[in-house]
Amino acid sequence: MTAEELLEKQTEELARQQGLKSRILCCTAAGCISCGADGVRHALAAEVEAQGRTGSVEVCGTGCMGMCGRGPLVLNSSDGQLYGNVTAADASALISDNASDREGLAARSIDLKAPFFSRQLKIVLANSGRVDPEKLADYIAAGGYQSLAKALEEMTPRDVVQQIKASGLRGRGGAGYPTGLKWELVAKQIQPTKYVVCNADEGDPGAFMDRSVLEGDPHRVLEGMAIAGYAVGAQQGYIYVRGEYGLAIQRLQTAIKQAEREHLLGTRIFEQGFQFRIDLRIGAGAFVCGEETALIASIEGKRGQPRQRPPYPPASGLWGAPTLINNVETFANIPPIIERGGDWFAGIGTEGSKGTKVFALAGKIANTGLIEVAMGATLREILFEIGGGIPNQKFKAAQTGGPSGGCIPEQYLDVPVDYESLAKIGSIMGSGGLIVMDETSCMVDVARFFMEFCMDESCGKCIPCRAGTVQMHDILHRITTGAASEQDLDMLKSLCELLRETSLCGLGQTAPNPVISTLKYFAQEYEAHIREKRCPAGHCHIAPAGQEARA
Amino acid sequence: MPASATANVKDNREKLLERAMSRHQYSGDALIEVLHTAQELFGFLSRPLLKTIAQKLRLPPSRVLGVATFYHFFSLKPKGEHTFVVCLGTACYVAGGLSLIENLERRCAKAGQTTADGKVSIETARCIGSCGLAPAVIYDGNVLARVTPQVLDTELNKIGAQ
Repeated sequence: MTAEELLEKQTEELARQQGLKSRILCCTAAGCISCGADGVRHALAAEVEAQGRTGSVEVCGTGCMGMCGRGPLVLNSSDGQLYGNVTAADASALISDNASDREGLAARSIDLKAPFFSRQLKIVLANSGRVDPEKLADYIAAGGYQSLAKALEEMTPRDVVQQIKASGLRGRGGAGYPTGLKWELVAKQIQPTKYVVCNADEGDPGAFMDRSVLEGDPHRVLEGMAIAGYAVGAQQGYIYVRGEYGLAIQRLQTAIKQAEREHLLGTRIFEQGFQFRIDLRIGAGAFVCGEETALIASIEGKRGQPRQRPPYPPASGLWGAPTLINNVETFANIPPIIERGGDWFAGIGTEGSKGTKVFALAGKIANTGLIEVAMGATLREILFEIGGGIPNQKFKAAQTGGPSGGCIPEQYLDVPVDYESLAKIGSIMGSGGLIVMDETSCMVDVARFFMEFCMDESCGKCIPCRAGTVQMHDILHRITTGAASEQDLDMLKSLCELLRETSLCGLGQTAPNPVISTLKYFAQEYEAHIREKRCPAGHCHIAPAGQEARA
Repeated sequence: MPASATANVKDNREKLLERAMSRHQYSGDALIEVLHTAQELFGFLSRPLLKTIAQKLRLPPSRVLGVATFYHFFSLKPKGEHTFVVCLGTACYVAGGLSLIENLERRCAKAGQTTADGKVSIETARCIGSCGLAPAVIYDGNVLARVTPQVLDTELNKIGAQ
């Protein structure tokens, strides 16, 4: 396909869509599918057929619409009204051209003007819930692959890197390394073989942003990777995706095949000399493989164990070749930056953190789901305006960054969410999991939970992490069962220091973070468990006094 | 099933595994892909199977065993007829995932094990990414949302578990 043909295709598809009476968008992301969206979609399609309206009404499956807590979600484009908790029995009303036929569904309608939607700013998720992830034409109609065409036809690789640098985009995997700098490092290497790797090994418990992007808009990630390949001079890309993400894998496979057929990937992309292939590598369930050197080892078919850095992957990565590794959300930001320019992107967000961030809201919150906000929004805005607050209970803490992050207490709700501010209060941006806890959650138990996670997931290569996480978990377990002493608490604190300073990779270095932050903000809970042998949240089972020695 | 039919099915699986290896040019780098295929075909990775793979990919058996045991996804023991995977990610944990696993462990087997009659396997997962539906359980590949111990009891009774 040439760039002109791409434009023609877009016009054609848009005209076809406008010719329809209505499009019925049915969310088919993993969340809605597990509450029965597949059945709803089939019922809608069957109803369209039964009424003989195949020419004027189209039923499309889409990516995540955001309000995962109220799925299955269906939207009728003719009146733009979104409905939640839909069942197959609603099919006939949902496809009707007459909005009055949907009056019976009014109680389940979701107000798109509510803060949950109006306070969001969608760049990465712009197409999510609007295009069919299994149809290339849908993505093209939404302007897809035009950034790749622009990069190849109007820009040199150096221009592309310059735009990414100007945008101020930072890695969305959690650490926040400036993306443009990383690209420049790889582009500068003189070796002929280079690789682009997309890290889709989203392992933080409570995070499902990358999964939603891959399921809802896979072509966007492919396009971002192809642009990266052009910019750094790579011809081969890999997506390392979690084995648990079956639907994402399936949709990526479909998307890659479609793009190759149209020469948007593979050889002679846009009839130019540039070629770029993308292959999938399926992870096999190891959290540590999110660490870049472990991920490389895993793609090479080895145990996913990290190695000493430097050399960093931009100098020596996959099979020793220069390798660019970015996260899913980072690649998803690339097409809009190329389309609208780095300066446009740099105008969004805060001084040090540009653009938007996707968060997965979960835990004790009214609106669980997927949201995207401009950097610098406060936690209060995210949790209470967009998230709808905490049902029936009082807010206690928000956990960001998964097992490498921390718990943020109420007094910091007005801190802007960006890389620096979160680091200052002892947490991290992380990949975007945001879990809300109320008064019924015990913070010591939360710390124990994350330590158990790190203990299980430690790869065993370096001793501080392998042995330290076991010792820390042991102490935390004793605290939550009421069997710990004051010395245990001192030992816990010194182990935090030890792991942070001496572990080989990020997993061990950040494993103490949940403990450090809960010790800092919820010290009284630790003390209550140790001195008074009671759990203030009423969560832990503590044996009555006198029996704890046997626990 | 007659003996010849069983043999045929087996042959077919071996052929499919062979094809997967040849697609990767018997490269040792493709070990994880090959193990994925092998587990898909045979349900689990037996010792003889691992040995065959090691020979074909020209890798030391220790490397193949090392990789197979490193990743949670690979199982070296056969699975039960039905599998419950209880999510214990943060969101599911704070929503009560623990009581679900306690219920299953009481009724069936410890997490990571299969009941003696081979009927039910119990597993746990570290976040399946369905946090909006917490607590979630994957029952034979389908995600169940907002699960309670009662829901599990109903499912267990349906399949006649003890």
